Amino acid sequence: MTNDIVNIIIIIALIIVACAMLGIVYRVIKGPTLADRVVALDALGISLMAMIALFSVLLNTKYYISIIMLLGVLAFLGTAAFAKFMERGEIVEYDRHNRDHR
Amino acid sequence: MILWIVLLPFIAALLPVVIQKQFSKIHTGWFVLPVPVIASLFFISKLSNINPPFFESHRWMPSIGLNLNFKIDGIGLLFALLISIIGALVVFYSIHYLSHREELGKFYTYLLLFMGAMLGVVLSDNILALYMFWELTSISSFLLISFWYVKARSIQGALKSMLITVFGGLMLLGGIAILITITDTTSITEMINQSSTIQQHPLFPLALILVLLAACTKSAQFPFHIWLPDAMEAPTPVSAYLHSATMVKAGIYLVARLTPIFAVSAIWTYSLIFIGLFTMCFASIKAVNQKDLKGVLAFSTISQLGLIMSLLGLGSFAFSNQFKEMYIIAITASVFHILNHASFKGALFMTVGIIDHETGTRDIRKLNGLLTMMPVTFTMSCLGLLSMAGVPPFNGFLSKEMFITAVLNVVNHAMSSHLILSIIALLLMFIGSMFTFIYCIKLLKDIFFGHPKDNTSEKPPHEAPLLLLVSPIVLITMMLIISIVPNVFLPLLTAATASITNQHVDVAHIHHFHGINSPLLITLAIIVFGALLVATYQHWSKLYSVLPERFSLNHGYDFLLKHSQTTSKSINQFLVFKTIRFSMSAILVTLILMTVYVFINHSVAINFKSLSTIQPYEMILVGIILIATIMILKAQSRLFSIIMLSAIGYSIALLFVFFNAPDLALTQLAIETISTALFLMCFYHLPKQYRHKESATFKLTNFVIALLAGICVTVIALAAYSNKLYPSIADYYIKHVYDLAAGKNMVNVILVDFRGFDTLFESSVLGIAGIGIYTLIRLRQNRGEHNEKTK
Repeated sequence: MTNDIVNIIIIIALIIVACAMLGIVYRVIKGPTLADRVVALDALGISLMAMIALFSVLLNTKYYISIIMLLGVLAFLGTAAFAKFMERGEIVEYDRHNRDHR
Repeated sequence: MILWIVLLPFIAALLPVVIQKQFSKIHTGWFVLPVPVIASLFFISKLSNINPPFFESHRWMPSIGLNLNFKIDGIGLLFALLISIIGALVVFYSIHYLSHREELGKFYTYLLLFMGAMLGVVLSDNILALYMFWELTSISSFLLISFWYVKARSIQGALKSMLITVFGGLMLLGGIAILITITDTTSITEMINQSSTIQQHPLFPLALILVLLAACTKSAQFPFHIWLPDAMEAPTPVSAYLHSATMVKAGIYLVARLTPIFAVSAIWTYSLIFIGLFTMCFASIKAVNQKDLKGVLAFSTISQLGLIMSLLGLGSFAFSNQFKEMYIIAITASVFHILNHASFKGALFMTVGIIDHETGTRDIRKLNGLLTMMPVTFTMSCLGLLSMAGVPPFNGFLSKEMFITAVLNVVNHAMSSHLILSIIALLLMFIGSMFTFIYCIKLLKDIFFGHPKDNTSEKPPHEAPLLLLVSPIVLITMMLIISIVPNVFLPLLTAATASITNQHVDVAHIHHFHGINSPLLITLAIIVFGALLVATYQHWSKLYSVLPERFSLNHGYDFLLKHSQTTSKSINQFLVFKTIRFSMSAILVTLILMTVYVFINHSVAINFKSLSTIQPYEMILVGIILIATIMILKAQSRLFSIIMLSAIGYSIALLFVFFNAPDLALTQLAIETISTALFLMCFYHLPKQYRHKESATFKLTNFVIALLAGICVTVIALAAYSNKLYPSIADYYIKHVYDLAAGKNMVNVILVDFRGFDTLFESSVLGIAGIGIYTLIRLRQNRGEHNEKTK
């Protein structure tokens, strides 16, 4: 009985997160500047984490925890990379040796 | 023994190049001369005992039926004698004809190769071996024609003869393949024994046409005769040997050899008769206005070959209509004319070579009045030409009379049923013979009579050295012997006829005079009309310029060659040098068409019975993926597309989560991040503008193709899902993942244990990709540095 209630609540939560994601996707598409889009993308990643967490509860499994952690790392990395790209125009700069060589 | 005689020229062919270097003082030909002499002596010794035929077999490649089986019977021996004896004479002639400055080693190598190949053709009883030697004659003939390879015309002539004869050779291979399939043997004798089986087979007409094409190309029959006049760019000994006496008779040999198989067919007899007669007529008309001495002889060869072909056809006609007597007359006449033609045409080519050698030109318009300067050459030419013209009492007359008899016989028998064909045959026969007489007499008149034009020729003309004259004298003597006592060769003729007809025959004696009958009257008419036309040549020679060059067969050949090149080039350009987009759409359209074809022709059921229920979050996720995909298509900037692409990637990772695939989701996330980063790295180096201006139709076709391809793939997936034939193997893995492989993560156990090989090679793919990227970057850098240095 309690299980059913939990399941229903989780499904409701899942739908809410999905709707939030739709909103974020709208921002990604529409977003007037690149920064809007990158922030929206970051938020998308995090809501994705939430979604996976909810889902793993629903499925009663612990195998998705590593995915959540990976997503956290990747979302950070991705945002950082975008930020650097917006700042410098490239992600990986030439190291000093190579630059001297040129 | 026969094997060694056939192989002797091939073995000897290895030596001339070495000999020329070692003994540069002595003409290489002297070392080559023993080979044909030995062969001739061997074949002459076989003359007395060829009944029954002499067999010899050597295993070579028994698994495919290619064995070196040889058979000496009448027709084979006749050809082998011609090849070896004329070969010896030609080698002797060439010793004096070619100077030390030429590449004699190569010349004799090619000539010996040709001699061996030709002996192989006429003596092989194995049809595959025959084909092998047949192609060897084509190749060695190509090499000999292009002997003076610095001249463009030699190369052109060689190429032309190669293309045409090899075309025929390949047809022959097709015919042989059919014959072998029908009879299940490669022995010609065995095939002839099974001829009734072959004749009832549905593929019989096809085999017949293929063999006929081979014979017509090799023996220069209309319309494949065009290579022979161009092959006259070869040295004259080669022309005398290959293009008059031996190689061009290979087709005749093939027809004669396979006559017992094909003679019952009406296609065979009628095509042989009419191709032969038409070629004879056409080539003799063309021969009259040639400006080049060898051109005249080339066309006359074509014409005479047509005569022999038509005789074989007439023989086949008589055979299929059960007239045994006429059959034998026609076949005997063809064999007799092969002998006659080889003797006088070889001699004529040699005399033409002498004239060329001693005056420096072959142009008929520049030659005149050689009678007093070159009396021996004149005598020989005169005898040869009169014989070719069919003037009594020479051997040409004898065979021409037999030819006319054969034509009249057949026409008499066919007159009631095929009136028009009979009249055409008679007409062609008469015109062909008459023009043969005209060009022979005209040649004689133009070159040897009249006043000498000493100012035009390069050297003062004089009689040739004795040694150069020996070979033609021998041939002319042979011709005279046949003319005076034709019955000397009767045993050989009987044997050859018997081997062609595959039955015992009694050949009637050849007589000079049969009484006053229709063949004699026709011969007289030919001589009278021919003489009249020669006398009035100035008045009707204008007729030759009526037919413009554009309609000639040579023009057709050039046209075909040029257009095959340009067409293939344009096809290539259309298909290959297009954009990748074009190739891509071609691939997709093929996919669409094949899917449609399969779905139309096979009943493929699509049902939705085994589908599971759809969850709302799945719908939302698919909705996100759809929107992102559409946004990529409509995107105006590159960055936006990259972001959308990664959004799709992450959504797919989420799909994996929903469908219980944690490992996949993990990997997908990591890979998606990396590929997005890579896209961004590339993005920096790309120009700002995203898309070229594209037309509406361009977009529309792309859209249609993409839509149809998508629909196809969807339909295929649905059809595949609704037709599951076997239960999945997954149960086995689930049951044994722990007890067999000691793991609980089934995906990983499959990856590294059950199906570890895939993982190994995918790891190596990754390694290769890494090395590839590294080398690409490094190489580019190095090139950049190199460019800077060169600047």
